[in-house]
Amino acid sequence: MAAEAPARDFLACEATHFRIERHGRQLALAHAVGAVVLLAIGGLMALLIAIQRVEAVQFINDDWWYRLVAAHGAAMLLFWMLLFEVAALYWGSTMLLNAPMRLVKVAWTAFGMMVLGVLLATGMMLAGQATVMFTAYPPMEANPLFYLGVILVAVGVLIAVAIFFVNVVAAKREGYHRGSLPLVVYGLAAAAIIAVYSLGTGAVAYVSLFLWSVGLVENVDPAFYRMFFWGIGHGAQQVNLAAMVAVWYALVGFTVGGRTISESLSRLAFLLLIAFIHLGAVHHLLVDPGLGTSHRLMNTSYLLYLAVLASLIHAFCIPSAIEVAQRERHGFTKGLFQWLVRAPWKEPGFSSLVLSLVFFGFIGGVTGVIMSSMQMNMLVHNTLFVPGHFHGTVVAGATLAFMGIAYYLLPLLSRRNLVGVAVARLQPYVFFAGVALFSLGMIRAGFYGVPRRSADLSYQAAPLPTDSFIQTGPQLAMWAVLIGALIAVVGGAMFIYVMLATLFAGKVVDRPDVGLVLAYGAQERERGLPAPTMVAADGHSLIGGHEPHDRKISWRNFEAPGTVTLVFIFLAWFVVMYALAHFNIARLWPVG
Amino acid sequence: MFTAMVAWQALGEQRIPVESYRVDQATFQSEVDAFVEARQIGEEGGVPVVEPMPGEDAYLQAMMFQFRPVLQLQRGETYRLLVSSTDVQHGLSLLKLGTSYNFQVLPGYLYVIRLTPEETGEFSLVCNEFCGLGHHVMTGRIVVVD
Repeated sequence: MAAEAPARDFLACEATHFRIERHGRQLALAHAVGAVVLLAIGGLMALLIAIQRVEAVQFINDDWWYRLVAAHGAAMLLFWMLLFEVAALYWGSTMLLNAPMRLVKVAWTAFGMMVLGVLLATGMMLAGQATVMFTAYPPMEANPLFYLGVILVAVGVLIAVAIFFVNVVAAKREGYHRGSLPLVVYGLAAAAIIAVYSLGTGAVAYVSLFLWSVGLVENVDPAFYRMFFWGIGHGAQQVNLAAMVAVWYALVGFTVGGRTISESLSRLAFLLLIAFIHLGAVHHLLVDPGLGTSHRLMNTSYLLYLAVLASLIHAFCIPSAIEVAQRERHGFTKGLFQWLVRAPWKEPGFSSLVLSLVFFGFIGGVTGVIMSSMQMNMLVHNTLFVPGHFHGTVVAGATLAFMGIAYYLLPLLSRRNLVGVAVARLQPYVFFAGVALFSLGMIRAGFYGVPRRSADLSYQAAPLPTDSFIQTGPQLAMWAVLIGALIAVVGGAMFIYVMLATLFAGKVVDRPDVGLVLAYGAQERERGLPAPTMVAADGHSLIGGHEPHDRKISWRNFEAPGTVTLVFIFLAWFVVMYALAHFNIARLWPVG
Repeated sequence: MFTAMVAWQALGEQRIPVESYRVDQATFQSEVDAFVEARQIGEEGGVPVVEPMPGEDAYLQAMMFQFRPVLQLQRGETYRLLVSSTDVQHGLSLLKLGTSYNFQVLPGYLYVIRLTPEETGEFSLVCNEFCGLGHHVMTGRIVVVD
């Protein structure tokens, strides 16, 4: 490996002071664009799926509805997320470290594998050859090419993850980057490590099914499969979680120039995530036959709570980083919340960050902890509550955060100015409103027992019909789902419009306009304010990098009193929800 | 939170069932058939209605696309529902007054769910694990009488 990549491969970015390397830039851009295309396709499917959920407006047939649900799940939960994360990994391991991309040909081959895999898997699902949902539980069988498609994507991503590690190690070994990794890259590394074991367990599940589908294995035990499948089914979402948190830290830097109040605490939280979050996947098996009480207790709760603790740490570090930056850098020191009121709410990166954080915590996180409580799981397993929860985490949380950072990454990677800035300013709010409405609708419907993945909730064609879900309550909830989904699709379309318009019609410039980072000028420098984290004074990458000294949290002199207040509001909310769930379960007949 | 789950499992009345066995599908099918033959009291929508003796083990078969048989139970009695599937995975969802109990049903595994109905009436079962193109017509019923 060459010690120094040819100078012509580097481009000095005036907006960020990073040296942007050509191959890393092209690869990150290709993956990001592929991800956005998948998001657009998945969103279109979401529209058709949602319309079907209200009795009055159904128009597609059941067979196609199931095909669309299957393909939507795979396209969104796996493919869009994974491709975007690979883009983030390449960005983090090259540009944020001022280092060149390694193994360029291998990376393009991996990209080709992902594209081929996505085409195969999605094609089979839409052709009706793999209407088994993305969970693909045996003994329901699909065309072998479907399993092969998913495996190809997984292997492609694993190769990309390996290249990320090669990039990081080489960047350090060859002196492109000195000292510990910037926090954002550290978070991405956590996501990459979680990806390795998630995709590893996923490989066991999907390879077993592939061998079974071509007749090399006689059968795949359904309980065995479920255990391994949820290693990726939920594991992939933990990758999203870690990547999302890394993106949150990046957005704090981009939009208010803030940094975590404690580097070591934030890093410890990432370590806790790596060690414990995977065990949370067992909560999918809480009401399965075959597992003992202690197994369920240990894996889903005691060990998982350490991962919840990690999320709580991040949930404190991010808002307090915003608060401290707003108070110290921008002088908004009045009262508890002036820093929040005067925040850059028109900056899409900032609004995405805050909305993503709030919904992920208040709705996604709380519903997640509640349904991974052993007895609570009985109330909601496989009901619409579950998709309500994960649209709160993966869509309102991760997808919104990824959209937020895309407004900065795309201009930086494509060296074009953003098109449709006014649309971009509004987009996070529209998308958030839609997702919030349909997530809450799903959660409410789930409490009524409305099943997920059911094409027709009337149940009037059944031999033993039931009118449980055509009552006013569940139907109102389903109307909320429909209206929310329509609004979310509009919000998604706004995002896609800005991305594609920028890519194809954005003005090519030397210094792309990337929002608030530009607000740092001579005046701020004169006041002695530290540079925004993207602009590194010494030319080194400093996004989330080390402060000269960690701020100490002191009980006497709180630097972020507003955040502390917010944290207590959150904890109170959590306690109320937890108690409410227990009240609900106490109404059930004795069972066990 | 750390103690709530253990406490509820030990002291609460709504516990996660943990008793389960491996069972091959043919054996389960023949046991269900024998149970239906011995205790059938009627038929509803082409599905046999079966009344187990109070407190007796009651079989419940999940299959594409119904829960078989309809169970008629006595209020206040505790029954062991022996649940399994004879084809693909299903989800057993018992609907009760705007809420539901939900369990996973796997072929090859017998799940023992102890249930004590406390109210009389007809309670619907729906499948909530995708099981094929007839998933949305897969239902069942539990009738509770005094």
